[in-house]
Amino acid sequence: MPRHTISVLVENQFGVLARVVGLFAGRGFNIQSLTVNEEPLDPTVSKIVLVTSGPDEILEQINKQLNKLIPVIKVVDYQAVDTVEREMMLVKVSVDDRNRAELDSIISAFRGHVVDIGPRAVTVEVTGDTNKIQAFIALVRPFGIKEVVRTGSVAMARSVQLNNGAKRQAREDS
Amino acid sequence: MKKLTGAQIVIESLMAEGVDIVFGYPGGAILPTYDALLDSKIRHILVRHEQGAVHMAEGYARVTGKAGVVLVTSGPGALNTVTGIADAYMDSTPLVVITGRVSTSLIGNDAFQEADIVGVTRPCTKHNYLVKDVKDLGRIIKEAFYIATTGRPGPVLVDLPKDVQQAQCLFKYPDKVELRGYKPVIKGNLRQIERAVDAIERSSKPLLYVGGGVQWSNAAPELFELATGLGIPVTETLMGLGSFPASHPLRLGMLGMHGSYGTNTAVCHTDCLIAIGARFDDRVTGRISDFAPNAECIIHIDIDPSSISKNVKVDIPIVGDIKNVLSDMLRIVKSRESLAKRKPVWAKWHEQILQWHREKPLYERRDGVSHITPVQVIEELHAVTKGDCIIATDVGQHQMWVAQLFPFERPRSLLTSGGLGTMGYGLPAGIGAKLAAPDRTVVVVSGDGSIQMNIQELATAVEYGVDVKVIIMNNYFLGMVRQWQEKFYNERYSYSAMAVPDFVKLAAAFGAHGFRIERPGELSATMREAFKTPGPVLIDIVIPKEEEVMPMIPPGGAMSEMLFA
Repeated sequence: MPRHTISVLVENQFGVLARVVGLFAGRGFNIQSLTVNEEPLDPTVSKIVLVTSGPDEILEQINKQLNKLIPVIKVVDYQAVDTVEREMMLVKVSVDDRNRAELDSIISAFRGHVVDIGPRAVTVEVTGDTNKIQAFIALVRPFGIKEVVRTGSVAMARSVQLNNGAKRQAREDS
Repeated sequence: MKKLTGAQIVIESLMAEGVDIVFGYPGGAILPTYDALLDSKIRHILVRHEQGAVHMAEGYARVTGKAGVVLVTSGPGALNTVTGIADAYMDSTPLVVITGRVSTSLIGNDAFQEADIVGVTRPCTKHNYLVKDVKDLGRIIKEAFYIATTGRPGPVLVDLPKDVQQAQCLFKYPDKVELRGYKPVIKGNLRQIERAVDAIERSSKPLLYVGGGVQWSNAAPELFELATGLGIPVTETLMGLGSFPASHPLRLGMLGMHGSYGTNTAVCHTDCLIAIGARFDDRVTGRISDFAPNAECIIHIDIDPSSISKNVKVDIPIVGDIKNVLSDMLRIVKSRESLAKRKPVWAKWHEQILQWHREKPLYERRDGVSHITPVQVIEELHAVTKGDCIIATDVGQHQMWVAQLFPFERPRSLLTSGGLGTMGYGLPAGIGAKLAAPDRTVVVVSGDGSIQMNIQELATAVEYGVDVKVIIMNNYFLGMVRQWQEKFYNERYSYSAMAVPDFVKLAAAFGAHGFRIERPGELSATMREAFKTPGPVLIDIVIPKEEEVMPMIPPGGAMSEMLFA
């Protein structure tokens, strides 16, 4: 089922998030990732970015119902849009003197940062789209992952749309 | 500006909204507001159960088009409103429900009579509010009425903690609302309307399929002008009955599960279906893939974008207020002379539908039967009211018999629970309707099962002298359940037979009048006597349990699977 990244601009008030996620929960849809933040330029509004999977026509219906919620100001489904998507991960990886250099080279290849160092582990910050994050996990898993935490995806439409909807859809259907 | 308590602000705001009647039930957390209510001119109807209050408010709203107002306490009081609120949500009925709440310091503490009614009603209200600061109260009530009555109408709940009712602040009722996330589209896109007229002109078998939205939009005159001007036949959903006069030859009556053969056959053959304020409910469409299979074009006019292409893919969607859209459409239609050439084709199509109706009429006449038939009851009701009445129904066989057989001539005449199918709706809705329209005759048609849900509101009717005539089609069974069990569960009647009270004595105990009719010969005279008796009256009419609502398309079935008597 196609993955949808949906951005919802809402009034920055209590209870609004519950209304938004309730529409997904009520239909038995899982939300794969979720970020919520006050808009830096206008603190009266808040932006929710969530990722879910489901049939396009049902998600279109959910989008319409999101628009029906009174505190929802704008809904954008990035399904048919070229986007920049990023998430951030902190991962604490076991390391010793024998494999420290190997880990360092993986981190630099992923343009990650070491944000904390201990005698037997380092904590790495990696930013990227979901594929990059998953690739990094796969590469460091053999070292031993002690702990991992990920943010949800945030997304923005690209200024220039090249592969718009149709192509992207074809890729997902194949 | 005056300094007022939250409770006084509620009352002042209701007065500013022109509220003349409130349905409610007092209790601890709402007492400050009840205290303020005593000093106002607003009429209060003390119900016997909070669900009754909500259905009364629904009846009031359906008849007047204004928001019905409910006032109840926290916890159980608020929770008892939920079924009614969900009912109003499904049938797009404007309500403002004000619930008391425990004081803000106690919220979330499992305090006495505490319930998170905002959380509970989130999925079944158009919007709801928890008021945390008395300074927001006036604005919130203003918004609540605005949201409830504009766009696609619906219920709005305002949860009001006791300390907020007691707190004071300077008060001025706002003149307007500012909601950047809520801007209903009123005017339809003119190019889309033009396209719709093109599609109608191209079609040979156009059919208007109209729902409750026409009544909410007060668009019956525009619908009449469009249908009669072009000669396009009209079928109505349960909620749409009354939008088009039953006596007009173009009126085909209800479609769907219990629609007539002729009407449903018309839906099967139409090449251009024009849906207006209807939402392609499963009781209308049956199996979606077989619905209107020959429609080359489906046009859908609705104020709610989320209703469009929800169940059936629509070719020409027009989002807007129906009255507004139909006015624009009529202007285009009148300016287009080429449409006149199509009228003979459409007249032939109409004649074809009438032929189907003649082939299989709804109920064949059965003369000389020894028992009372549902058809006789509806005919007698029509005779005794001269067809001019508001009918509130409950849910089940009696509801479908009314919908199939009673010829509704004008809008806002049938009050029924269409979407949610709430048994116990009828009596309180009828009471609310009579209070809203004291000059109209109001009849409740119910069954022996349904009437026992919310029968306690008979006490309310007696206390306030509300003149409703309640007809109980009594077959000592949950008739519709029995019908399904007979047809689809091998006649295994699992817990659908029901012992019923002596309704005549019950009516007397409540201080109302009761009549019982067992034989066809008594029907006319006793009905006349009952309708002449002032005040609330129960009329217990015994019908055999074998009487069925026919024809019937089995749930999820296709038109071709229609069952006949």
